Amino acid sequence: MQIIQPHYHAIARTAQDYERMAMSGVVAVAEPAFWAGFDRRYPETFIDYFRQISEFEPTRAAQYGIRHFCWVAVNPKEAENPGLTREVLKHFPEFLSQPTCLGVGETGLHKSTANECDALAAHVELAMQHDQLVLIHTPHLADKADGTRRVLDVLAGLNVNPERIWIDHVEEQTIRPCLDAGYWVGMTLYPVTKCSPKRAVDMIEKYGTERILVNSSADWGPSDPFTLQECILEYRRRGYSVQNAIELFHNNPCRFLGQNPKFDICPIRIESIEKELV
Amino acid sequence: MLDPQQVIDTYFLENRHMLLELAAFLDRYDVVVARQGEHAANEEKLAVIRQSLQVLSGNTSDTPRVEQLLELLATV
Repeated sequence: MQIIQPHYHAIARTAQDYERMAMSGVVAVAEPAFWAGFDRRYPETFIDYFRQISEFEPTRAAQYGIRHFCWVAVNPKEAENPGLTREVLKHFPEFLSQPTCLGVGETGLHKSTANECDALAAHVELAMQHDQLVLIHTPHLADKADGTRRVLDVLAGLNVNPERIWIDHVEEQTIRPCLDAGYWVGMTLYPVTKCSPKRAVDMIEKYGTERILVNSSADWGPSDPFTLQECILEYRRRGYSVQNAIELFHNNPCRFLGQNPKFDICPIRIESIEKELV
Repeated sequence: MLDPQQVIDTYFLENRHMLLELAAFLDRYDVVVARQGEHAANEEKLAVIRQSLQVLSGNTSDTPRVEQLLELLATV
């Protein structure tokens, strides 16, 4: 089965992960800009990071037959430095024009401070000005519900096309308002701290598959890219067909990401071949 | 040996995860029952899970909770 991993922090992972993902059917990954584990001080550090994910990482993925796409953003955890955010945002246009860059992300909120909300609004406005897709991070754990409400409030005050915005890391208490507002949502699967594969399938059974993306993110922390495949197994185990699984785990990413013409992987359908007579 | 605060802080997230998985299991069952309009023919395992939750929420026995649960879970 062909799989697209729509949220994957490849620079934090080994080549062996690429190899195993390729062997399991992953044909493309999309890498949002991420926090480095410490707060970066200089705009140039971001620029080199954006070069890494837009120029170098596609070459590493290509060795395993995997297409690599990226997004650019100042991570919410670093948005407490408005001057730095403004400087980095000035450089976005040069990266948004790169052949594998799909849009602005992951912007969003971490502690939902005023500076974070301002940075989120600035990212989204810049994306809309350049007709880009947007990937929005929502906070973790105790900050999840309030932070997601704040994200929706910020977006409600901007002139956006909801179909071009993906609100990520939704869970049971946050998925409905995001879908009701017309946005795409992402369920991020982690071994412990975010959604689990079984809970993701529960939500899919409750809300359907329209405007839903599933990813395993996978970064330098406790995470596992194969929670995505675990979710596919859980989905299939509940009786859904391979075509159903392809719709969710391959075609839905194509539908959202494909709104940017640079993402040229098309939805696929399994076709039966009549039994050949020998 | 860890101190009491370290025990809480070290194991909180993984226990949060396990609690959510358990809650999702119970919700999953209720959703399917509501959708299909009937309960499982044999709910013994589910009943033992619910009894286990009562053991966990109480704090009255000298027997460690794990031993109580192992005895209880061995009945199905």
